[in-house]
Amino acid sequence: MKRFQSTEAVIALVLLAVTVLIGLINPAFWGVANLFSLAKANVVIGIMALGVLLIMISGGIDVSFPAISAAALYITVRTMVALDYDGVLLPFIAASVIGVLLGAFNAFIIDRFKMIPLIVTLGTASIIRGLVLGLLGTSIVNINKMPDALIEFGKQDLTTVTAQNGATVGLTAMILVYLAIALVIHIILRHTMTGRSVYAYGGDPESARRAGVNTRRTIFFVYCTAGLLAGFAGLLHSSMIWQANPRDFMGLELDVIAAVVLGGASIFGGRGSVLGTMIGVFTLVMVKNSLILMKVDTTWQRVVVGMIIIAATAITAWRDRKKLA
Amino acid sequence: MSEYLIELKNISKRFGGVRALDGVSICIRPGEIHCLAGENGSGKSTVIKVMSGIYTPEEGEILIDGTAVSRLDPIMAVQKGVQVIYQDFSLFGNLTVAENLALNTYLLEGRSRMDWPRAREMAREVLARLDVEIDIDAEVETLPTSGKQIVAIARALLARARLIVMDEPTTALTGHEVDALFGIVRDLQKQGIAVLFVSHKMREMLEISERLTVFRNGKKVAEGAMSEFDEPAITRAMTGLELDDEPYEPEIPADAAPALEVEGLTVSGSVDDVSLTLRPGEIVGISGLIGSGRTELARALFGMENASARRFRVAGKDVLPRSVQEAISLGIAYVPEDRLSEGLFLTQSIERNMVVSILDRLRRGLFLDRDAMRGKTEEMFAAMQIAAPSPETAVGNLSGGNAQRVMLGRWLLTGAKVLILNGPTVGVDVGSKAKIHHIIRDLAREEGVAVLMISDDVPELTGNCNRIHVMHEGRFVGAFSGAEMTEDAINDSLKALK
Repeated sequence: MKRFQSTEAVIALVLLAVTVLIGLINPAFWGVANLFSLAKANVVIGIMALGVLLIMISGGIDVSFPAISAAALYITVRTMVALDYDGVLLPFIAASVIGVLLGAFNAFIIDRFKMIPLIVTLGTASIIRGLVLGLLGTSIVNINKMPDALIEFGKQDLTTVTAQNGATVGLTAMILVYLAIALVIHIILRHTMTGRSVYAYGGDPESARRAGVNTRRTIFFVYCTAGLLAGFAGLLHSSMIWQANPRDFMGLELDVIAAVVLGGASIFGGRGSVLGTMIGVFTLVMVKNSLILMKVDTTWQRVVVGMIIIAATAITAWRDRKKLA
Repeated sequence: MSEYLIELKNISKRFGGVRALDGVSICIRPGEIHCLAGENGSGKSTVIKVMSGIYTPEEGEILIDGTAVSRLDPIMAVQKGVQVIYQDFSLFGNLTVAENLALNTYLLEGRSRMDWPRAREMAREVLARLDVEIDIDAEVETLPTSGKQIVAIARALLARARLIVMDEPTTALTGHEVDALFGIVRDLQKQGIAVLFVSHKMREMLEISERLTVFRNGKKVAEGAMSEFDEPAITRAMTGLELDDEPYEPEIPADAAPALEVEGLTVSGSVDDVSLTLRPGEIVGISGLIGSGRTELARALFGMENASARRFRVAGKDVLPRSVQEAISLGIAYVPEDRLSEGLFLTQSIERNMVVSILDRLRRGLFLDRDAMRGKTEEMFAAMQIAAPSPETAVGNLSGGNAQRVMLGRWLLTGAKVLILNGPTVGVDVGSKAKIHHIIRDLAREEGVAVLMISDDVPELTGNCNRIHVMHEGRFVGAFSGAEMTEDAINDSLKALK
């Protein structure tokens, strides 16, 4: 428990340092409008990251969740448009179920054929993307066709302020959805045997089996939950940007994995926490956001994300090796 | 109530064509400290797995508390109180002591909620029962081996163990830790819990066990109260051989120059100012615990560590090898501890594995001289008495003893004059072991090779070496030769180390 706290403390310190640095370089960072947009940018990536966190604690990795998100949101919205259905609850359930099913497919292959998760999810990502584009087409559902209820849902703000230039900016209410999901995942990981089994399995699969962990259930749990969160986050994203694009989230897996690793999860499995992951996501989003504020080209942002992955992985690997010695 | 807690009667178990267990019986009384002894491959591990329900025997009967159990499965075994502590402990390094202790119980109880306060309380209670102090909030991977072992024992206790089977429990422990473990085991005994040690370390077993069962080649060859046995009797039972006790006496010409002379060898953090002289024909042993720096010493002599030395004289030259290639060209050879990961190419043939060390000498122009390759291999294949259909056989298909002889052959092909052996018979069966010892002694005596032998197996050292150094924390802390070089003396010296 001591280390549990100290890891988060280290990440929080990194976050603090980065914040101060960014604030010094660019005072516009502290503007309310910017902070609100920062909070908004955390929501979707954060929910996805929580799913990836589960998988990484179990010792696996998932690069298919952006494809799952895109599939879930596009299938749901296209179906709504086709049926002329408008609503919020049912579509979100549908998107989540699509996510769960795709996650279960990952879990099935990984468990049944004892395959490496990276390869499996690379494969399923490609299959899912291909199927969605091939079967449903590539056209983007724009605001004019987007179901109104979804748009209205995504527009909800907790509070609004009027910026100096006269524009009103709001703090999205979706942040509450994110926080609620984070709390649930935290409770599962920390206070249920299902969650502890994920840590045990990630720590040593063979010992977990001997201790009586239902390893198949554990694998299905992490991949299905990650799929659920990906599907949900996909439709949430869609309702927040009033658009459904089947090509959305291309390359996002790297950002999210970077955030999770930055948040202290071990690439070897067995370690990671919700709080750490949330701080990791916040740090990553903030860095990217600041690069935009500083008008750094998006291509260069890729360079930064890559460097964050390597640096964060190096630090956690170094930490884990030191523990083993 | 039956006299015995668990009885195995006439158990037989086959794997393919191999009879791993051939009508063996073993019985354990409640609260008894029992030792199951046997060499590698004698059927010890198989019988543990029968007891814990992992293997179902083809023949024989298992009685628990005097009642026959028709099909023992792992869950039933646990319910009946049989707990096995494997060498790797099956603990979760990433979780705390408390959680490691509670996890099995919670899973067994089919709980869905992780009750942290109860977990910590359970951990505190069970550790108090063992009278040990371990930080229950520490992550298990931060504990030393002895600490992990205690956690594993505590976990077995929490599972209401009545019989705790411990597989080679003293392998990675220091002398003091072994004493502490024995203290715990005696406490367990007072609480009515039986302990079955599975081991081949006779001296320790003589100290603690009350009864002994000895296996050899899947058969029970001896059993009885420990007081009826002494060490030679147990060894005889284990090996079936009257072991040749004659110590190795090299014949060294008085004027012979040392094959290797090292003064003040230091590797930062592991070897501290070690001086060593090997004369041709000598077999010098190094005894020491894991982590004593003995492996680093061997690697340093072979140019694999960043070492420094005041003097390093080999093959008549003052030069400290800085790379493996350089060490080989100076006539040094090293057979590593873990031949599977550090030495052999398992998917490749015996021939390729052997000649890999002398490829540059087998070159003809741009190509390899296949005839020379074959000739050299055939020669060594015969000399090492490798039991395989041909030199084409993949090394991965060989037994431990044969694989080790391939390794020896490889280095002898280099014409090495200094041979460093690290654990030369780890995982090798008895017959093969004697053969390897014989080969090593012949090499020293007849070819004048100077051998440095590092081993955990004290009898192996006393039986084959003419001098032995005890190493601890990077230094030589004791030297034995002649009449003083007895197993007792070396074991005592090892036990005194912390």
